[in-house]
Amino acid sequence: MTKMTKDKQDIPTTGHEWDGIQEYDNPMPRWWLWTFYACILWGIGYVIAYPAWPGITSATAGILGYSTRAEVAEAIAEVDRRNEAINAKLATTDLTAISEDAELNGYAVSAGAAVFKTWCAQCHGSGAAGAKGYPNLLDNDWLWGGDIEAIHETITFGIRNEDNDLARYSEMPAFGRDELLEDDQIDQVVNFVMSLSGDPISATLVTEGAVVFEENCAACHGDNGAGDQSQGAPNLADAIWLFGGSYDEIRETVYNAQFGVMPNWDTRLTEAQIRAVSTYVHQLGGGE
Amino acid sequence: MQIKADGRGNLQNANSLNPPELRRVASKGTAKGRKMLNYIKLIALGLITLCAMIAANYARDLAYLVHALIITLVSGGLFLWVLRGTGDEKPELPQNEYMDGVIRYGVVATAFWGVVGFLVGVFIAFQLAFPVLNFEWAEGLANFGRLRPIHTSAVIFAFGGNALLATSFYVVQRTSAARLWGGNLAWFVFWGYQLFIVLAATGYLLGGTQSKEYAEPEWYVDIWLTIVWVAYLAVFLGTIIKRKEKHIYVANWFYLGFIVTVAMLHLVNNLTIPVSIFGSKSVIVWAGVQDAMVQWWYGHNAVGFFLTAGFLGMMYYFIPKQAERPVFSYKLSIIHFWALIFLYIWAGPHHLHYTALPDWASTLGMVFSIVLWMPSWGGMINGLMTLSGAWDKLRTDPVIRMMVISVAFYGMSTFEGPMMSIRAVNALSHYTDWTIGHVHSGALGWNGMITFGALYYLVPVLWKRERLYSLSLVSWHFWLATIGIVLYAASMWVTGIMEGLMWREVDANGFLVNSFADTVAAKFPMYVVRGLGGVMYLAGALIMCANLWLTVRKAPARDASLSVAVPAE
Repeated sequence: MTKMTKDKQDIPTTGHEWDGIQEYDNPMPRWWLWTFYACILWGIGYVIAYPAWPGITSATAGILGYSTRAEVAEAIAEVDRRNEAINAKLATTDLTAISEDAELNGYAVSAGAAVFKTWCAQCHGSGAAGAKGYPNLLDNDWLWGGDIEAIHETITFGIRNEDNDLARYSEMPAFGRDELLEDDQIDQVVNFVMSLSGDPISATLVTEGAVVFEENCAACHGDNGAGDQSQGAPNLADAIWLFGGSYDEIRETVYNAQFGVMPNWDTRLTEAQIRAVSTYVHQLGGGE
Repeated sequence: MQIKADGRGNLQNANSLNPPELRRVASKGTAKGRKMLNYIKLIALGLITLCAMIAANYARDLAYLVHALIITLVSGGLFLWVLRGTGDEKPELPQNEYMDGVIRYGVVATAFWGVVGFLVGVFIAFQLAFPVLNFEWAEGLANFGRLRPIHTSAVIFAFGGNALLATSFYVVQRTSAARLWGGNLAWFVFWGYQLFIVLAATGYLLGGTQSKEYAEPEWYVDIWLTIVWVAYLAVFLGTIIKRKEKHIYVANWFYLGFIVTVAMLHLVNNLTIPVSIFGSKSVIVWAGVQDAMVQWWYGHNAVGFFLTAGFLGMMYYFIPKQAERPVFSYKLSIIHFWALIFLYIWAGPHHLHYTALPDWASTLGMVFSIVLWMPSWGGMINGLMTLSGAWDKLRTDPVIRMMVISVAFYGMSTFEGPMMSIRAVNALSHYTDWTIGHVHSGALGWNGMITFGALYYLVPVLWKRERLYSLSLVSWHFWLATIGIVLYAASMWVTGIMEGLMWREVDANGFLVNSFADTVAAKFPMYVVRGLGGVMYLAGALIMCANLWLTVRKAPARDASLSVAVPAE
C-alpha cells in the first residue's frame, strides 16, 4: 500500500512518547492524499455546476440549471402528457361502456390499481380483501350496490363522512345502549339472525327472535334478512359478516350498532382517477 | 485456540497504574474546610429535594411526576448520605495515583447498558417481524414506538457514552501523565450521566419526548445533561492543562473535539420553551424546514462527533497499546483530524435530500459528505497500518482481531455513508432499511467492536489482573458478533434495495405497481434474519460480560511489584 520499508528501525518516530505509545513520522499515503485532492476538485466542480452557495435572498443556481423540484414537475408533466388523451376519454366515456373498450379498460384497471394501492389499501387491504369493519371488495356482497355506477357513486361521495352532503348515509340504532330492546330480546334476535345463515346457539329463542326481528329490523334488512342496498342495509342471510358472525360479535353490533366511515374522494382524485379505481374494484370479482 | 499468555508485555503496562510524578499533594481541605463544604452540599441537596417534591405535587403529566419523584429520591438519599458522613474523618485519597475508581464504574456501566440496549434492540427487531409482540396489555409502554428510542439512546448514549466517559478518563490520565483534574468532579460526571440515562429512558416509556431523533429527552433532562457535560469538559480539559507531557496525544484531540462539539450540538438542537414549569412538554424554537435542518445537523454530527471522533480517540490509544506498535503516521493523524472536524459539521443536509430543504443546502451537504470520505479513512489507515509488522497478532490475539474488524467496519461504513449521500443513490436508499443497515454496520461493527476491544484491554489493567480469564471466550464473542453483524447488514441491504425498487416500480402507463403494505410483506423473511443477527450479537456481549466478570474474580492477580510508578520518557 505504501512505501513502508521492511526494517522498522529505519523509520524515524516523532520523538514523543505517551504512556509507551510512539508515532512514526511516515508520510501520508500517496493514494490517500491524491484521492482526497480529487474529491476536493470534484466538489469544486460540482458546486459550480449545481445550486450551492446561499446569498442573502437566493442561492447560486449552478450552470446546469438543475432543480429537484423542476425535475419532479417535469417527470409528472411527462406522464400527464402521455396519458392526457386517454384520461379525457376515460372521464367522458359512459361508465358501463368502459369495459367494452379493451384499451380503455386495460388503462383504467392499471391506473385504478395504482390509485387503490395508494389511497384505499390502508383500510381495504392491498389485496382488497378488507378486514373486520372494512368491507371485502372481492366478493359479491355489496352494501350499497356492486354495479359500476354504484361503486363510482360510493367512491365519489364516500360513506357517512361530514365533508360531502351527497355521502351515502345509513345508521342502525344502538338497540341495547339506547334501551330500545330488552337484554333477552337481544338474545332472541341474535339467535334468529344466526339462524338465517347457520346454526343459532339456542333453537328455542329463534321463534321469539323472529318476532323481534319482524318488529325492529325487517324495515331495513328485509323480512328474510336479505338486506337492502338502496339504504345500505347489509344482507344478514349470506354468512358474510362485516363486524364478525359469532354470537358475541353480532350481539355487540345489535347492542351498540357498528358502522364505518369512508371519505369522499371527489376533492382528492380526478374524475378519471375515480373512474379508474371504480373500474379496478368492479373487475376484482364481485362486480355486478 | 486457547492462548495462555497475554500477548501484551507487562513492562509496558507497568507504568499504566500510577502517574509518573510521586508528589505528595498537600491535603487541600482541612477537616474544618471539609465540614463547611458538607454544609453547603446539605443546603443544596435539601433545596433540590424540596423543589422536586413541590414539582411532584404540581406535576401535570405522568413522565414529569415520575421524574420529580426520582429526583426527590436521589437528592434525598444523597442528603442523608452526606449528613451521615459529616464529622467523620475521611482518609486522604492518595493523590499520587491515577483516579481509576470512576473508570472501573464506567466499565461496568458500559457493559451493563450495552446488554440492555442490545436486548431492547433484539426485541424491537422481532416486533417488526412479528407485530403480535406489540402486546395489547403493554400498549403505551412497550409498543415499538416507545421502545425504539430506548434502544437507540441506550446503545448510543448509555453504552457508547459510558464507553467514551470511561476510556477518555483513562486515556487522558495515561497520556497526560496526570491525575484527573477536579477531585470528585469525575464522580459527579459519572453519576450525573447515569441519572440522565435513567431520566431519558423512563421519559420515553411514559411518553415524555421531544420527538426529535437522538434528542428525545425533554427540556429539564436536557438542562441536566448540559450541567453534566460542562463538568465533563472541565475535568477533561483540566487534566490536559495540568499534563506532564509536552504534547497533547492525538487521542485527546479527538476526545476534546467530541466533547466540545457535542455540547454545541446539544444546546442548539434543544432550544425549547417549556409549556409549563411543572410539565414535561416543551416547544422547539425552530420551525418547519429550519427545525428539520437543525435536527439533522445535530443528528448527523451525533454520528460524526459522538460515534466517530470520540471513538477514534479510543482507537488511537487502544490499538497501539494492544498491538505494541507505534502509530503509523503522525502527519496523517493531524491532517485527517482537522479535515474530519472541519468537514463533518457541514454534512447534515444529506439527510434531507428531496424534501422541503432548498437544493443549495442539499448540494452542500452531499459535497461535504463526499469530500469527507478520505479524512474518515485516514483513521482507518492509521489504525490498520499501525499493525503492520504485527499482523501475526491477528492469529494469536482475539482482542486485536476485534479491534481490526472494528476498524474495517469503520472503513466500510465511512465509504457507504458518502456514497448514500449522493442524491441519485439517496433517491433509492432514503427511507428504506438500507439506512438501518448502514447505521448498524457502523454501530455494531465499529463502535461496538472497538468498545469491546477497549473493555478487554481495560479490565485486566484496572482490576490488576495478569490476563483475561479466557481468550477462547473472546474468540467466541468475536465470531458471534461478526457473523451477527454480517447477517444484520446483509439482510438490511437486501430489504432496503428491494423496497426502494418496489416503491419506484411503475407499469407501462406510469402507474405504481406496489402498495406500501406489499413492500412490508416482502420484507418479512429478512426481518427474521436481522433479528437472528441481533440475537448472535447479544449472545456475544453476554459472553463478554461473563468473561470480564470471571477475569475480575478468577484470573490471577498481577504481581504487585510491577505497579510501582515509572517516570515517562
